[in-house]
Amino acid sequence: MNSNHQWPTWEVFTQKKQGAAHEHAGSVHAPDAEMALLNARDVYGRRQEGVNIWVVPTNAIIASTPEDVGAFFDPANDKMYRSPNFFKTADGLKTI
Amino acid sequence: MLVSLILAKLISHLGFMDVKVKTDDLSAKETAFNNSIKDGKVIEPKDWMPEKYRKQLLRMMSQHAHSEVVGMLPEGNWITRAPSLARKAILIAKVQDEAGHGLYIYSAAETLGMDRSEMVDQLLSGKAKYSSIFNYPTLTWADIGAIGWLVDGAAIVNQTVLAKCSYGPYSRAMLRICREENFHNKQGYQILAFLMRGTKEQKEMAQDAMNRWWWPSLMMFGPSDKDSPNSADLLKWKVKLYTNDDLRQRFIDRTVEQAEAIGLKVPDDKLKWNEESRHYDFGEINWEEFFQVINGNGPCNKLRLKQRNDAHSNGQWVREAAKAYSEKRKAN
Repeated sequence: MNSNHQWPTWEVFTQKKQGAAHEHAGSVHAPDAEMALLNARDVYGRRQEGVNIWVVPTNAIIASTPEDVGAFFDPANDKMYRSPNFFKTADGLKTI
Repeated sequence: MLVSLILAKLISHLGFMDVKVKTDDLSAKETAFNNSIKDGKVIEPKDWMPEKYRKQLLRMMSQHAHSEVVGMLPEGNWITRAPSLARKAILIAKVQDEAGHGLYIYSAAETLGMDRSEMVDQLLSGKAKYSSIFNYPTLTWADIGAIGWLVDGAAIVNQTVLAKCSYGPYSRAMLRICREENFHNKQGYQILAFLMRGTKEQKEMAQDAMNRWWWPSLMMFGPSDKDSPNSADLLKWKVKLYTNDDLRQRFIDRTVEQAEAIGLKVPDDKLKWNEESRHYDFGEINWEEFFQVINGNGPCNKLRLKQRNDAHSNGQWVREAAKAYSEKRKAN
């Protein structure tokens, strides 16, 4: 017995409520976008987990590589002055 | 920028030397991996991982996914015979959840580089293992109660811990599953509680289900760790966080009280609260039976495999139709 056609995978993102950011939920297999949405609803939305779903072909997602984490994020690492905690201000002030 | 790069190189170089000195047999990468797990780091799909970690996880996760899928069969047996429309609707929702759980875990397992179709093929050909509990028959309606309460109860103990495991996609799938299992657990308990308030025959039926499902439920945690070949590695890598025996004990401790509350007797003469250890002592598990069932000689092994294969081939036309439709739409 062969399970033959392997449909492509789609990454599923669900939005919990209006105004919230979409969050990755997992993936589904589907032959096209419409079926991917329906499958995503049945797999990741059986308990009113969301008000909106995105499906994205898995191979359309470009991710940074963990090995390059140091060099890749370096531009942020050496600019601690971007954090407000970097600055010392007068003691006792409540508004800055 | 340049200074920080040089510094980073220097640090990584020093770290590398440090590792080299300390260990002879492990590669620097693997030592770094083991250390990051020790520090509580969660591993994500694209992170470097030892081949054995990947293999063990794939083995565990595919077995787990198969168990969810095969788990639908004994319960599906009672959908058409549920005693009321409400019970039927609830059972259908529960069985649908099990399909969903299978899919969450297959999806998580695929992040390790194995196609779902390959895992499904291993299940259908009988090569892959699944939880031995599903090779027992569901003889009466009370068995549906016992499965939800005991089998899903044992699964909850197991999965609550797995939700904290070191592999991100698996842990996230477990969080989702745990939220849903509590419904399964309670609906099962309620079926038995209801029967235990019923006629003499209904009480006997509930007790009979308890008698048949108790010991196989304890076996679900797997053999004692001294006889469990993979335990040491899995514990080191935080794929497992507790031993099989620890989790079994945890399940017994929380379940005995639930049984007593509705008047069910645990079928174990040696079961006794131990004031000193603050745990229940319990009798010897029949491991001979466990290994017989695992190795294909349980009451329903052949039936389950046949049912699963039938379900798969009966769905063939649906898969083909969906594919043909998407191709037709692409062509237009």
